[in-house]
Amino acid sequence: MKNASNKKIADFLINNGVIIVMFVLVIYTGTTSKNFFTINNFLNLFSNMSYRLVIALGIAGCVITGGCDLSAGRMIGFAACLAGTLLQKLDYSGKFFPGMAPLNPFLVLLIVMLVSAAFGAITGFFIAYLSVPPFISTLAMMEIIYGIGLIYTGATPLGGYVESYTLFSSGKFLGISWLIWIAVLVGAITWFIFNMTRHGKYMYAIGGNPQSAEVAGVPVKRNLVIIYSKAAAFYALAGFMLGAKAGGASINTGLGYEMEAIAACALGGVSVTGGRGKVSSAVIGVAVLELLKVALQFLGVDANAQYIAIGIVIFVAISLDIRKYVAKK
Amino acid sequence: MAEYKLELKGVSKSFPGVKALEKVNLSVRPGTVHALMGENGAGKSTLMKCLFGIYSMDEGQIFLNGEPVEIKNPDDAMKKGIAMVHQELQPVLARSISENMYLGRFPVKHFGPLQVIDHKAMNQETEKWLKELGLDYDPKALLGSLSIGQMQMVEIAKAVSHDATIIIFDEPTSSLSDKEVDFLFKVMNDLRDRGVAMIYISHKMDEIKRISDDITIMRDGTYVGTWAADALTTDEIIAKMVGRELTNIYPEHNHEIGDVIMEVDGLTSIHPKSFRNISFKLKKGEILGFGGLVGAQRTELMEGLFGIRHLASGTIKIHGKNVTIKKPADAMNAGIGMITEDRRGTGIVGCLSIKDNVGISVYNKFLQAGFVLNHPAINKVVDDSIEKLRIKTPSMKELIQNLSGGNQQKVIVARWLANDPDILIMDEPTRGIDVGAKHEIYEIMEELAQQGKAIIMISSEMPELLGMADRVCVMCDGKLTGEIDKKEEMTQEKVMSYATMF
Repeated sequence: MKNASNKKIADFLINNGVIIVMFVLVIYTGTTSKNFFTINNFLNLFSNMSYRLVIALGIAGCVITGGCDLSAGRMIGFAACLAGTLLQKLDYSGKFFPGMAPLNPFLVLLIVMLVSAAFGAITGFFIAYLSVPPFISTLAMMEIIYGIGLIYTGATPLGGYVESYTLFSSGKFLGISWLIWIAVLVGAITWFIFNMTRHGKYMYAIGGNPQSAEVAGVPVKRNLVIIYSKAAAFYALAGFMLGAKAGGASINTGLGYEMEAIAACALGGVSVTGGRGKVSSAVIGVAVLELLKVALQFLGVDANAQYIAIGIVIFVAISLDIRKYVAKK
Repeated sequence: MAEYKLELKGVSKSFPGVKALEKVNLSVRPGTVHALMGENGAGKSTLMKCLFGIYSMDEGQIFLNGEPVEIKNPDDAMKKGIAMVHQELQPVLARSISENMYLGRFPVKHFGPLQVIDHKAMNQETEKWLKELGLDYDPKALLGSLSIGQMQMVEIAKAVSHDATIIIFDEPTSSLSDKEVDFLFKVMNDLRDRGVAMIYISHKMDEIKRISDDITIMRDGTYVGTWAADALTTDEIIAKMVGRELTNIYPEHNHEIGDVIMEVDGLTSIHPKSFRNISFKLKKGEILGFGGLVGAQRTELMEGLFGIRHLASGTIKIHGKNVTIKKPADAMNAGIGMITEDRRGTGIVGCLSIKDNVGISVYNKFLQAGFVLNHPAINKVVDDSIEKLRIKTPSMKELIQNLSGGNQQKVIVARWLANDPDILIMDEPTRGIDVGAKHEIYEIMEELAQQGKAIIMISSEMPELLGMADRVCVMCDGKLTGEIDKKEEMTQEKVMSYATMF
């Protein structure tokens, strides 16, 4: 009997490992440092999470189909720069397009999302129709998009944004930054796509067993193109948000974010072998990583050592998480 | 020498929520073939995995030559002279036959201070073992270039090459042609003469009668008993396996055959050695059987018809109209459904629920406002099929990979019933599933035929083919070699003669 209850406790720990890590972290930091449990700190944390969540939600789709997306980071940088060049103040001295009136930020957002989605569709085309493995396909697109971004901006950093653009970060609704609202909205839309549309169900089936999906009549190829295209549109949105938050952008904006997003997905429980993962997985994963960073800051850990801590958490959390799926023998 | 080469006593094993084995015994005499029988889910494979060290037992003991032993892992088992031919092959397709044979025990030679793999010796040894089984494959050929039947032979050659004194055969003949089965039995007889103890798991009664000396029967994880093979009739074996007498395993034919629904003319594969110039007609309410040896290209033909494989030429007419089928979705639009042979590979999506596995091909039909899934309606369809097909599961949310083979197959059947095709292709619909579930599948087929659906059934089991089909087409080596349309003319001999018209 005692064995059985011990086993239950062990199962509970294994099944909720990541969430437990998160809670332990929050409680420990909160009790040892005074300013941790403040509204400001959490609002700040949430706005840092916002664009990372948007990226993670985009990448989650790719990972669920058994793929990945290495082009995310460069796509973010490109989108941030493209948006930046179209949204500089008329009187800004280093203006990219001198004399051009800034466009409507919503229009610009639409433009960057569509342009990125087109690039994502190209990546998806190579993956779906020409059977190039996602790792290689997105690697190729990463190089291409970086090159295009470099040529387009001439590697000059951008700044001097119009207020209507930076408002996306500074603007508040019910006391909460627009960035956070955008992330919530994107989360809701993604949840809807994953659970309430054919495309979402097909995505899981493709990740679980593409051959079975094909035989069951799923248009596998078309759905893969949609996945990568949609993901790219999400990266563009994230780049746009980052630009608004930083008030500027360079071609290196977003560099390496794809790795963090993949790590977040894996941490939250998106199976890297495909077929499994929810919106909540991405939220939990992003939250764990961000909380970890903030907590370590509060605890006065050397900023460089934080990378080591993140790596260790990924090791431990994934090792625990994977127990759920490893067949018991 | 002990009376028994191998004894398992009082073996119990539980998985979360399931008692898989309950005090099971098995005693195998040296130099005999010991058949281990039971419906799927009876615990045969679990017992063998315990013996082979893949699973650890909760209770029980293993004796080798009368000495108690402990087997910690498969490597340990092999060192103790136990080899296993797996039910589901796990080969390295991208490497050569010889590398697969000697994986983990590569022969080495010394190259100065370095130990390197002796490819020449490995290839020679492999060739020798293959020859012993009467196989002429090139040891350097990639394993992936072989058919499933051929790979199985390699697997058997590997077990034989281990020089094992106990060999477990877990459904070795499920993918073999009759000729290959004869080979296998010849090799098994040789091994028997050498004193090797063999455990043989199979659902095929005639094989059991042919090869085995003793029979141990299991039911629902428990030990039913052990008998001399010639002391039991096939009916008695079935009765002991299912715990009930099966009078006639095929349902009565009560369906009416109607007009021609599909006409296939000159269907030819893009591969020269695959199916060529195949023409046949299919009628409403008819069960059309496709017989032939393994490798006769029946599966390839049906996959070509369903858009999984490419066609070089030929026409398909459904309801008198030409249809173009380039992918499965086209075939579905034309009213065709297909249950494939390879349930794990192209049937189920293991990590998804029963609901999603049924829903995947019909989500198109359950949309609100054109794009929002109507979950309540889908749930009703899935719940109805679980009840109608008697799928054993706690709920529709259960992952399909946790079900037994028979129940997985029923879920795939449910998928196609939900899709409601006019023509349903069933490729080996009862492969690897237990007698009870088989019977249920037959009843479903009869019911579909009564509803006026046209069914194409590929079957490698002669009794099933003859028992279920209204008409039989027989293929050999990619060609349609014969058609038998009168029930009284359908004999095993006739089918076999067409099937061997090379």
